[in-house]
Amino acid sequence: MEFSMKNWKTAGRYILLLVLAALTLTGCAGQENLSAMIPKGEGAEQQYDLIKLTTYIMLLVTAVVIILFVYALVKYRAKPGDKSIPKQVEGNAKLEFLWTAIPLVLIVIIAIPTVKSEFALADVPEDAMKIKVTANQFWWEFEYPDYGVITAQDMYMPVGDKVALELKSKDVIHSFWVPALGGKMDTNPDNVNKMWLQAKETGIYQGKCTELCGAGHALMDFKVVVVTQEEFDAWIEKMKNPENPAPPTAKAQEGQQIFEKSCMGCHATNGTGRSMGPNMKGFGDRSTVAGYLELNEENTMKWLKDPEKVKQQNKMPSPMQDLGLNEDQLSALTEYLLGLKLE
Amino acid sequence: MATSYLDKKFSLWDWLTTVDHKKIGTLYFFAGIFYFAVGGLEALFIRIQLMYPMNDFLDGETFNQMMTMHGTTMLFFAATPLLFGFMNWVVPLQIGARDVAFPFLNSLGFWMFFFGALLTNSSFFLGGAPQAGWTSYAPLALDYKGTDFFVLGLQISGAGTIMSAINFLTTIFTMRAPGMTLLRMPLFTWSTVVASALIMFAFTPLTGALFLLMFERMFDAKFFDVAAGGNVVLYEHIFWIFGHPEVYLLVLPAFGIISDVIAAVSRKRLFGYHSMVFATVLIGFIGFMVWAHHMFAVGMGPTVNSVFGIATMLVGVPTGIKVFNWIFTMIGGKVQFNTAGLFAISFIPSFVIGGVTGVMLASSVADFQFHDTYFVIAHFHYVIVGGIVQAVFAGMFYWWPKIFGKMLNETLGKWMFWLFLIGFNLTFYIQHYLGLWGMPRRVFTYLPNQGWDTANFVSTVGAFFMSAAVILLVINVAVTFARGEKAVQDPWYGRTLEWSIPSPPPEYNFARTPIVRSNDPWWYEKMQGKKEMQYAEPLSEIHMPNPSIIPLIMAFGTFIAGYGFIYTSWFGVFLGFGITGVCMFIRSIKDDHGQHVHPEGLHVEKGVHHSA
Amino acid sequence: MSTIDLKANGLPAHPERATQEGRAKLVGFWLYMSAEAVLFATFFGTFMTFRNSVNGGPTGAELFAIPMVLTATAILLVSSLTSVFAIMAMQRNQASKMRFWFAVTVLLGASFLGLEVYEFVEYVHEGHTFTSSPFGSSFYTLVGFHGAHVLFGVLWISTLLLRNINRPIDTYVAPKYYVASLYWHFVDLVWVFIFTIVYLFGMVG
Repeated sequence: MEFSMKNWKTAGRYILLLVLAALTLTGCAGQENLSAMIPKGEGAEQQYDLIKLTTYIMLLVTAVVIILFVYALVKYRAKPGDKSIPKQVEGNAKLEFLWTAIPLVLIVIIAIPTVKSEFALADVPEDAMKIKVTANQFWWEFEYPDYGVITAQDMYMPVGDKVALELKSKDVIHSFWVPALGGKMDTNPDNVNKMWLQAKETGIYQGKCTELCGAGHALMDFKVVVVTQEEFDAWIEKMKNPENPAPPTAKAQEGQQIFEKSCMGCHATNGTGRSMGPNMKGFGDRSTVAGYLELNEENTMKWLKDPEKVKQQNKMPSPMQDLGLNEDQLSALTEYLLGLKLE
Repeated sequence: MATSYLDKKFSLWDWLTTVDHKKIGTLYFFAGIFYFAVGGLEALFIRIQLMYPMNDFLDGETFNQMMTMHGTTMLFFAATPLLFGFMNWVVPLQIGARDVAFPFLNSLGFWMFFFGALLTNSSFFLGGAPQAGWTSYAPLALDYKGTDFFVLGLQISGAGTIMSAINFLTTIFTMRAPGMTLLRMPLFTWSTVVASALIMFAFTPLTGALFLLMFERMFDAKFFDVAAGGNVVLYEHIFWIFGHPEVYLLVLPAFGIISDVIAAVSRKRLFGYHSMVFATVLIGFIGFMVWAHHMFAVGMGPTVNSVFGIATMLVGVPTGIKVFNWIFTMIGGKVQFNTAGLFAISFIPSFVIGGVTGVMLASSVADFQFHDTYFVIAHFHYVIVGGIVQAVFAGMFYWWPKIFGKMLNETLGKWMFWLFLIGFNLTFYIQHYLGLWGMPRRVFTYLPNQGWDTANFVSTVGAFFMSAAVILLVINVAVTFARGEKAVQDPWYGRTLEWSIPSPPPEYNFARTPIVRSNDPWWYEKMQGKKEMQYAEPLSEIHMPNPSIIPLIMAFGTFIAGYGFIYTSWFGVFLGFGITGVCMFIRSIKDDHGQHVHPEGLHVEKGVHHSA
Repeated sequence: MSTIDLKANGLPAHPERATQEGRAKLVGFWLYMSAEAVLFATFFGTFMTFRNSVNGGPTGAELFAIPMVLTATAILLVSSLTSVFAIMAMQRNQASKMRFWFAVTVLLGASFLGLEVYEFVEYVHEGHTFTSSPFGSSFYTLVGFHGAHVLFGVLWISTLLLRNINRPIDTYVAPKYYVASLYWHFVDLVWVFIFTIVYLFGMVG
């Protein structure tokens, strides 16, 4: 049996693919607190187990196929000039049975843990702390009905216990996803979806919107801030405090006045008030401005000067163009906002 | 010496009025290649934008338009016409027929597709393309003017698609040559049967979904108005009842091409023919029962999720049957690695990788992580690009000689094959990881420092390889038309009826309808030592259909009406439908008995029939 | 040239399927009707989702003028019967009888439409419009689509009648009449479902 260059090239190409697939097993796990392959919550762990199970089984299937495939190509390649007709084979009933039955068995092996996990994931405990998640274009509101607290963009939760999320949207369909902690669930405008979430370690976890919702879909990140129970209780107390730190400078005071005149209609600054736009209580302690820019003076000014440029199609009126504020006023506003820390 | 259907001097009028399935197939095919390039350009723009984090090549809105049109164009205006091109060219030849059952309707179907595609793509120049994804979910889609172009263009083109499906099914049911029972039909024709049934029952829900969107946007209906009691998830159900069968109706003809090509290049009959037919039908059937696997994260509850998850996994079984049968066709054969063969053979591992990630996605629990991420994008591009597109390329190289009488250049073909294979694996393999690393789909950019930068860069590089391959294909086609090697009647030592007639065929395909005595009827006759088919009738005048300009005008009328709806111009609507209506009326009242042609070499002598 | 067995009346037993083209037309049309059935099924599904989403407006039970709808139903059912008579006459090569029964069918169809228009105008006055609620949008979409199909059928059969008024029945024109009558039956069958699911179920609530 002669193997020509072409033979090996083709065979080699597919063995390479197989190797790549094998790398899947050892593959880079991604970034912590973001990747689904480094689960840090019970939900994500169950999902990761199924990802692994299905991957291994499917790698096995792929390997069998590729081995047979390479065998067929290498052994039965027509030699140049050979015009003979090989034996014509109609089929083989035994083989048909085999490659019908074995896949069915593999499916059963995948289906059983899937269904088990499905029901476990859907079982939202009655007594878990509730968090009402409302998705907007293009930001996230988090309400804690057990405490009467409302916040935005950063979702605080205590480590260890399950929390019961109630997911809804104010406008179009979005989807709530914290890959390192659990799977995703759509937020629909016309019904409430329920899902539990649990974190095994404290830390800040990345959250993504995973349903196309407009031009700002890619910029609708949020964070899940997992803290100890004591830290969480303290946070709740601070959020419930209707007082905010007094603006320390004249500029910040001016900023407060501007805020009360131009922004208060849509943005509450006490952690129990409902507002059309994100609640600003503790804004100065958040990780981002506009959901994705690092929280600092430059970025806050950037957002205020031209929100449409920072997040296309977002619904906040432009402070400069629509509300008539000038750059100095925005600078004062920025100083005020950055001073809105929890105490 | 026989005159082929291409022998007449080129005349635009001839091509605009043709009802010949071979010419209509050619029109479909070239339109498909054009839109494949358009969709490919849209993909290139997407990948360039995503090459670096926080890139500003495209802003969010423009990216969303590119992303929407990429999907819409590739699925509706590239893949579908390319496959319809093959179905039109090949199915009548494979069953021994002289044309399809309704040649006029065939032309109408093409022109409806043509004008629908034009209408949707014109949106780029008329205020912006649709930007809510090819799935166009409510209520997001209701916010954009581009949605109107999406809705109307697809209604028009979709109507054409349904007409063609009815045409193919009727042709296959009523016009097979004597002796060709259903279970002697080649797999490509079988896959056309199942795909056409899927089109009929899937495109009609799409029509419904599009009407709901249209009425909501244009006439203030309240289907999706939540405050009034509307329901947005309803749209998702209706759309996916279409959307899932849609992908199967694209992949099944691809499977058919692979079955035919692998058997031909292995010089061996298809292994397990009956299983293959059964598997095709089963895939089509189960394909209608799995739609909600696109909706696992919608909140339908664990029972619904489990049922649809299991049904989805089951589809893997008949698909696996097919893969093994293809491999066992090659085992024991003498496999030739010409370009058609390379693409058909390469289909197998590429499609299998896409197929197994499909089974992974079927596990609803795993899907809670995979859904709406780059993992899904990787999955469906493996089956569509690694699968359907490679099958289309295989079919091109395989059937080009029959349809155009020329062989596509093998050297260019092989270069194209390798460039394409490397490119598509580079682009899409890494995307499986990106999804698991947290990257959602349909994002116009991404933040740095998430570990996604290199992968996205590599993915973009692959896109350039694929572009190079497609450029080589276009060059190949042009060079072949200019000075390609002439094709013989049976260049692949083929098995099925199309190889028993000249390359290219005469206008009427078969001078005399053949008698089919077996599966792979042409191969059978050759193994019996015959040089031509046995015939069911003597040589005589052949009844052929008349060409007509009416289909083009009818479709044009719907095009005008489409703009009428988009710009709320009742004048436009009535003018457009008026044109269409008048055409329908004229077609109804004018008798059309076709024409009679003389086949090559017909001498009418008393009692004796000669062929040249 | 194929030989067709002619009966005593000069036509083959089933003139509508005596030719290749005729058979193809019938197969094609059955396929078309099955596709249309799925389209109507989509609108039925939409209607059933929203049957109770009245947005504060009147419900079906409060609105529906059942006696009138019953009359319209009877008219449509009878028109289906008259189209059967027409086809029977066609197969017996009784051209003028066929034309008579088709004309009756058209008149009954037009009457159905007239009643339906009257019915809709009533509903609009009572606050049940296309834009008043999801129930309204889905009701008028479903029932309106059906009405559009009836209108199309009326125009179709009328065109056939007028075009062929001086022509004898033959194997070219027989499939055209037959397909039109199949369409008419289809439209009638859809109405039976509408009557049941929209009106009867609507009354029961």
